[in-house]
Amino acid sequence: MQNNQASPKFKDMITGITKSKAVSTFTAALLAIALGLIFGFIVMIVAKPENSWYGFTTMLFGGLRRLGDVFYYATPILMTGLSVGFAFKMGLFNIGASGQYTMGMFFALYVGFMWKLPPGIHWIACVLAGMVGGMIWGFIPGICKALANVNEVITSIMFNYIGMYLVDMWIQGNAVIYDSGKTRTSYLPVSAQIPSLGVTGSNVNVAIIIAIALAVILYIVLNKTTFGYELRATGYNRYASKYAGMNDKRNTMLTMLIAGGFSGLGGAFAILAPSTIIGSSMTYEPINVIAANGFNGIAVALLGSSNPIGIIFSALFISHIQRGGTVVSSLYGYKPEIIDVVIAIIIYFSAFAMLMNSNVARMIKKRRLAKEASGNPGNDGQQDRKEA
Amino acid sequence: MDTIYYLVQNMLPVAVPLLLVALGGMFSERSGVINIGLEGIMLFGAFFGCLTVYGIQRTGMGPQMILLVGMLVSAIAGIIFSMLLSFAAVNMKADQTITGTALNMLVPAIVLLFSKMKFNSDGITTDVNFYIQKVPGLSSIPVLGDLFFRKTYLTVYIGFLFLILAAIIFYKTKFGLRLRACGEHPQAADSVGINVYVMRHAGVALSGFLGGIGGFFYAVGVMDGNANGHTGVAGFGFLALAVMIFGQWKPVRIMFAALFFAFLRILAYSVALIPFLHNLNLNQTYFKMLPYVATMIVLIFTSQKSRAPKAEGIPYDKGRR
Repeated sequence: MQNNQASPKFKDMITGITKSKAVSTFTAALLAIALGLIFGFIVMIVAKPENSWYGFTTMLFGGLRRLGDVFYYATPILMTGLSVGFAFKMGLFNIGASGQYTMGMFFALYVGFMWKLPPGIHWIACVLAGMVGGMIWGFIPGICKALANVNEVITSIMFNYIGMYLVDMWIQGNAVIYDSGKTRTSYLPVSAQIPSLGVTGSNVNVAIIIAIALAVILYIVLNKTTFGYELRATGYNRYASKYAGMNDKRNTMLTMLIAGGFSGLGGAFAILAPSTIIGSSMTYEPINVIAANGFNGIAVALLGSSNPIGIIFSALFISHIQRGGTVVSSLYGYKPEIIDVVIAIIIYFSAFAMLMNSNVARMIKKRRLAKEASGNPGNDGQQDRKEA
Repeated sequence: MDTIYYLVQNMLPVAVPLLLVALGGMFSERSGVINIGLEGIMLFGAFFGCLTVYGIQRTGMGPQMILLVGMLVSAIAGIIFSMLLSFAAVNMKADQTITGTALNMLVPAIVLLFSKMKFNSDGITTDVNFYIQKVPGLSSIPVLGDLFFRKTYLTVYIGFLFLILAAIIFYKTKFGLRLRACGEHPQAADSVGINVYVMRHAGVALSGFLGGIGGFFYAVGVMDGNANGHTGVAGFGFLALAVMIFGQWKPVRIMFAALFFAFLRILAYSVALIPFLHNLNLNQTYFKMLPYVATMIVLIFTSQKSRAPKAEGIPYDKGRR
């Protein structure tokens, strides 16, 4: 009987939680992920039926065996994810994260190779240089959008290509940075490398801690400051916020500047990482291909529904299944591109997962109402709460 | 004079994919759906077109016949793939830019996955020679013969045929008028009995049709009949969007914009032939960047008075009037 008295309150609490926006975005993301994974599984069955189950479970859990690498590869896409997500809050689609990332990487490389600074300061200077590089490359589309009303999607795509060509040319033209015999960049001096966290067999370094800290700071800025409030207000309704006296143009430029800085940091974090062999570092091959990490950042931002805290987890998740994908390809002979397919499908579904989610919820509700109408309401109350 | 002949002969096969894809984008956007997935649709069409060519290249068909069959398949592939966009954008009211981006990411992954499993390479390589040395008869016309009927591809003529057809459908048919109405004011269109959902599906399907063919023509005219998952279509889908904006969503202007961009690109790849540019002694990369930089500059000057369809990007909701 006591239980019965408490239950209405409990029920209210549960429905309060399940109806809140955070939970519905979370379940929407889960739904999109599930659909993406199912599709990946189907591809595996078609490709190699005999290994498909092992392949699938390895894809899901293989990353756990390389947790250090999961964190290492999560760092750059966490940064590009924050970049895209931040711009999204303002209603801008920063598809140019890729170019900003490449530019940041080059600035970091340049400072790493060409400036002689004492150890301890050098890598910080490199990271900051990377941020500046990304900022410049994000700022120009921002100016174009604010002052000339140019669609930022097209501009930033053009800047992806311009940045990629420029960086490849600059790298190939610099004998210190470019190792023409190996057609890639040389190893960075040790003082320019970000300190490792010392996990054996993995490149994971301090950058992931900085990245997570930045995500938390971004969350605070977005939700607790006037600037963040103005950004979100502009994202909801540009005209209303303009009417309320917010400077639309200034905020557009600032947003793109900051978003560019995040992507640039991503590039710097990726290239300044020490590799597992002592003294060596990550390298870059100038082969005129747009950096994939920028586009993966879009996936990360969408999956995390542009919430900085959500982006931390979605970056870890994407990195996790990517590592799983490499394990699958080395163990069972599947091609690693399966993961790219899965990620693309996840984004496709997450674009309308919210709607799908509410449709499913409505369907369940309808069924419940139908059941309640036919009597026997007490029994399935429990079940519905779970399903919702 | 020879240099001019050379430039024009090489420009046209590059201009045609841009033209077709930009026309596709026009149909989609004038119906109210932003199609940023054109890059993906192009590669999808190119991939299936080349797969078809690969399949039938040993059957003894003439190269131009093979090209037509490949074109047909790429068009169907483009339409089917574009339905993913129209389903999400029209039925599910999803964010059109995000959906387009997802499609752009999906195609290279599928192409690479398939090619690596099937051919153990990054793409499909065919060895049919689609090149036309000279069109019999027409090539002996003094200047025009040299410009338009020598060292070219069949794609050029088909491309301009599609331009004429597109302009007629767009301006002279009931369908075209209704399509344009749905991009400007879908509520008004709906109130006079036009089914906005059907028109938007049709607009996106037309963009899939033209995008798929454009992708295949890119593979034929620019890549020598190959499709590659790594390089894809080198941003031509995005350039086509810029061409469309530069052409202010109008067929004939789009043609001039496409020719302009193609000219810049050919200029970039034939610097060595033009003494003036060669003497500048610039790194070739600057010329490769030229089309993209030009896009930027053009957009800065044209976007202020842009005549974009008013309702583009907004999912149509019957309940919201």
